[in-house]
Amino acid sequence: MIEIQDFLKTLGTNSGFWNPLVWGVIIVISLLIVYIIRGRGNKKYKKQTEQTKVFLSGNPELEKEEMHVKASNIYWGFMESFKWLYNGLDKMHTGNVSDYILWFVIILGIFFIILGVI
Amino acid sequence: MIYNIPYIAVVALILIGLYAVIFKRNLIKIVIGITLIESGVNLFLITLAFREGSIAPIYRGSGSNPLNMSLPVPHALTLTSIVIGVAVLALMLSLIIHIYKHYNTLDVSKIGREKE
Amino acid sequence: MNLIDDLIFHSPALIVAIPLLGAFLTPLVSKINDKLRNVFVIFIVFLTSFFVLLLANDIYSVCGKIHTYVFGGSAAVTQGGYAIRILFEVDGLNIFMALITTILAIAGVIYSWSFMKENTGLDKYYTLYLLMIAGMFGMILTGDMFNFFVFLEITSISSCALIAFWTNKGKAVDAGFKYIVVSATGALFVLFAIAILYGQYNALNMAVLASKIQFSFLDKIALVVLVTGLAMKAGIVPMHMWLPDAYGRAPSSVTLILVGVTQASLYGALRMIFTVYGNNLSNTLNQIGDVNIDLNLLLGIFIVALALLTIFIGVLMALKENNFKRMIAFAAVAEIGYMILAIGAALTTVFSTTDTGTGVMALKGGIFHILNDALDVGLLFLVAGAVYYATKETSLNRLGGLARNMKYTTIFFLIGLLAVSGMPPMNGFASKLIIYESTYQVNPILSIIAILCSILLLAVFVKVFHSAFLGPKQSRFDDVKEVPKSMLLAMGIIACIIIFIGLFPNLVIDNIVQPAVNALTNHSNYISNVIGGI
Repeated sequence: MIEIQDFLKTLGTNSGFWNPLVWGVIIVISLLIVYIIRGRGNKKYKKQTEQTKVFLSGNPELEKEEMHVKASNIYWGFMESFKWLYNGLDKMHTGNVSDYILWFVIILGIFFIILGVI
Repeated sequence: MIYNIPYIAVVALILIGLYAVIFKRNLIKIVIGITLIESGVNLFLITLAFREGSIAPIYRGSGSNPLNMSLPVPHALTLTSIVIGVAVLALMLSLIIHIYKHYNTLDVSKIGREKE
Repeated sequence: MNLIDDLIFHSPALIVAIPLLGAFLTPLVSKINDKLRNVFVIFIVFLTSFFVLLLANDIYSVCGKIHTYVFGGSAAVTQGGYAIRILFEVDGLNIFMALITTILAIAGVIYSWSFMKENTGLDKYYTLYLLMIAGMFGMILTGDMFNFFVFLEITSISSCALIAFWTNKGKAVDAGFKYIVVSATGALFVLFAIAILYGQYNALNMAVLASKIQFSFLDKIALVVLVTGLAMKAGIVPMHMWLPDAYGRAPSSVTLILVGVTQASLYGALRMIFTVYGNNLSNTLNQIGDVNIDLNLLLGIFIVALALLTIFIGVLMALKENNFKRMIAFAAVAEIGYMILAIGAALTTVFSTTDTGTGVMALKGGIFHILNDALDVGLLFLVAGAVYYATKETSLNRLGGLARNMKYTTIFFLIGLLAVSGMPPMNGFASKLIIYESTYQVNPILSIIAILCSILLLAVFVKVFHSAFLGPKQSRFDDVKEVPKSMLLAMGIIACIIIFIGLFPNLVIDNIVQPAVNALTNHSNYISNVIGGI
């Protein structure tokens, strides 16, 4: 049956290994080291002055509810630079059920030509 | 040559059915196309059961010779397939009734879009 | 004990028959009382999972054991050597898929106790649910080609009716119509291929067909149609477009089982390629220069090309979406691409003579990823359903700041996020590590694209996490409470299994995945268990 030793084995692929328990121990030790290094920092700062205010590149800070970035605007830079790709993809996903079967017949044809000719 | 005609009919039915599903825009015509494909496949299954000069595979007492009958297994497969086709057809038609109530159109290019 | 041995002997039939009987008794039980019906359905699902566990225990006890069950007779072959009865043949791969289905079914029925409570027509819902579960078990356990087609159609009809369950909205009915058109066309073409194979070899049994098959022109047509038809049901690009509509507009407890249905279709494609055509996979089709083009090389390259396309398009479309469930559905499409990538890479090397163990390792990664993906994507869909139940919003543009009110749901979503994008220590990392390392041996470009798209998946889900759960408190979500306990229980079951597999991956791979991989590469064992000694 399953012994306690099986719980501690490492997973070995042909070119590497992975042991999640050893990984967990290393993460805990490194977090401890980070905490100790942070504890030796500078403790003096003046409260309620300019040092604790949020910096927004000179823009005024609005109310909390309006500062939430909406979901369609989050990756704006990525979407703008790939507009040519997304135009093509949007035209492909029409929502028309006849196009779905058309793609099926195209893949049937391509696969059959590959298998028949080669 | 004359024994190949059912196979040619099968391919013709399936191609006409695929044409109706892909290129027609009325929802009812798409459903008719699927029924045509199903009829083609059922015809193919029944044609596989034929032996030359055979009779129906039913035992009739003392005068029946099993070697003279056509194969009974494809008959059973075809009956199962026809029943499944009826269920799918009924489901598709009842869904079309609901779609017409909401969208007021039967054009398949107008009802698919995901609107925000 | 004699009773347990009898139960184990009859268990493949009982696993399909008990949900079927329960499905037909549910409308009668629901006329008495509503709570009694819910308890009855949960009892039926637990009874079925008890039988699945019994059968799994029996198969995993001996290496390479196959359990054959012949319906209505004692012997699989008659005196002339004809196999004429329907049989269920359960080997390592079948019981692996059955275990996945069991976990999803238990989580699904516990979740739908409170998720569907305010809807009417619930007796029809539970009847169709049990029918869908019965159809899935039948599709997974069977050893007969036409039986596979019948259960495929049962599953697709009942899932279509469940997708269109909210008939007061137009969108769900439209998604159901698209699903049934795609499903019916795919299944009819699969029946066409089965009829071609029957007409040539006079056999419907998978084992008998596998021993007799040669690679003539008609067999080539049958292989093409079978693989493409089942790939369309599994959601491989470019035939994937029904998947976001169907997953996104169905109730969440139905989407959980739909994930299992697509993976059962993927299992069907694997069974056809590896076992039914297993003898022909080393056929040399042509020779270019001094490189033999075998069938497995050609199939492998084609499947890998489709897999790369699937991963790319799945991730790119997911980045653009703003609807919660559609985004997770596109991520599910990308995850199927990972499974196909590993299996295609394994096909190119596992049957050649110069293989150094890469093929078996890639197969292990692909099959392990089937289990992980079902659990991860299932948990994400359950969380999306919980958010919809609490706030009645589906668009991410209008959500925000929910982590204050729904603490447990946020934790479950965090676990699902880390698992889907392949972060340690969850189970997604273990299977994706095996996939990256084994596809690197085949060609480095595959591994680079896989890692890149994994990072993009993390970007997708961080976007969801930020816009739905983090952020300032919105005033219109002030009276949003935590979801009811049964939904939390269902999410908790899946999250616990995810963490368990993540912490002890070696245990799962040695005991559950390795028999499945052995069953895939060893098709002669499958054949000899029915025909015996050929």
